[in-house]
Amino acid sequence: MATPTLEKQPAADTGHLVTVTFRIRRFDPERSADAYWQDFELRIDPKERVLDGLHQIKWEHDGSLTFRRSCAHGICGSDAMRINGKNRLACKVLIKDIADVKDGVGTKPVVIEAMKGMTVLKDLIVDMDPFFQAYRDMMPFLITSGNEPTRERRQSPRDRERFDDTTKCILCAACTSSCPVFWNDGQYFGPAAIVNAHRFIFDSRDEGGEQRLEILNDRDGVWRCRTIFNCTDACPRGIQVTKAIQEVKQALITRRF
Amino acid sequence: MAIDTNGSSPSGYGPDHPAPVIEPPRARTRRTPRTTRTNFEMYGWLFMRVSGILLVVLVITHLMIQLVLDGGVSKVSFAFVAGRWASPFWQAWDLIMLWLAMLHGGLGLRTIINDYAQRDGTRFWLKMLLYTATVFTVLLGTLVIFTFDPNIS
Ligand code: SF4
Ligand code: FES
Repeated sequence: MATPTLEKQPAADTGHLVTVTFRIRRFDPERSADAYWQDFELRIDPKERVLDGLHQIKWEHDGSLTFRRSCAHGICGSDAMRINGKNRLACKVLIKDIADVKDGVGTKPVVIEAMKGMTVLKDLIVDMDPFFQAYRDMMPFLITSGNEPTRERRQSPRDRERFDDTTKCILCAACTSSCPVFWNDGQYFGPAAIVNAHRFIFDSRDEGGEQRLEILNDRDGVWRCRTIFNCTDACPRGIQVTKAIQEVKQALITRRF
Repeated sequence: MAIDTNGSSPSGYGPDHPAPVIEPPRARTRRTPRTTRTNFEMYGWLFMRVSGILLVVLVITHLMIQLVLDGGVSKVSFAFVAGRWASPFWQAWDLIMLWLAMLHGGLGLRTIINDYAQRDGTRFWLKMLLYTATVFTVLLGTLVIFTFDPNIS
């Protein structure tokens, strides 16, 4: 062998690796109509992320495992999934935090399944179209009237601060698909759409707030929120999702009274 | 597990004829109904909060008078009810309590139906049943409060 040392190197220090079971809900419509659970046993560094475990499975064990990921650093929002029953980004959850590692063995399996309330297309991939439709219905773009200014639209730091929290959304759908109201009725706009409406409603430069409030005042809008707080718990960006929804409710009420 | 690329699997599903996927109930599409521009949902939401607070006072007082104070439940009889309803104050109290409780409960059940009924047909018929029952109870109760005759034989 040309590079014997390289061969030996990884074998020499595997002491930090632990054995963890990944239990993944598989579904492949081209093979069977039924979903099933499959266990994978991995030797992995506990400081790695769940996404790295999925990579290891896909690259070394079963190439047919299918999931989305793009950035692998919590920026793109591609890899939201249900990990141990909670919606999380696979690239932001460390194995040591959820596998309960004792003496080099994970005592609890890492249970991974696709997000709830959305059509599963294959394994961990869900159909995001209805989710983005709700987002589009919110008109997530600046609406203004009058002549365009010749320079940038100015805004005070305080006005910017007003909606700062909701600008952080990466549209991962973790919040919407953790919402029990959404599970049973996909016509509810869902937290993510409301968060992105909030971002424009409270922007001092935007003039379309009234239209957005009108949409959210309807049957499938903010009044369906039951303040369950699943969305706030799920958001990988730490957005106070439920608070944003309440602020929209408040804006609707003060608009009338 | 080897990957079968010929498209034939024991189940008979393959790339050209995949198994059906399970759609969630009532997905949002481009054709999903647009805004109706009414404030019904908002007033409903507000009503639930306000009536809830009022009902706490109304119902707890009612329960105290009926079940706890002055001899407890055993004192409740036709004469006791007749005596209370001789006063317009308690008539109004019971009337307001009836209306608020029925509308509060009805709206709450409507919310539950909206949240849990998956098919449009189930939704519609459950709500019709609910509305009928609510209207019937409210009207019957109101009728009794206003036409109550303490001298009935
Ligand atoms: S609000 Fe948070 S959980 Fe919801 S889509 Fe945006 S980033 Fe994801
Ligand atoms: S892969 Fe981009 S957010 Fe996880």
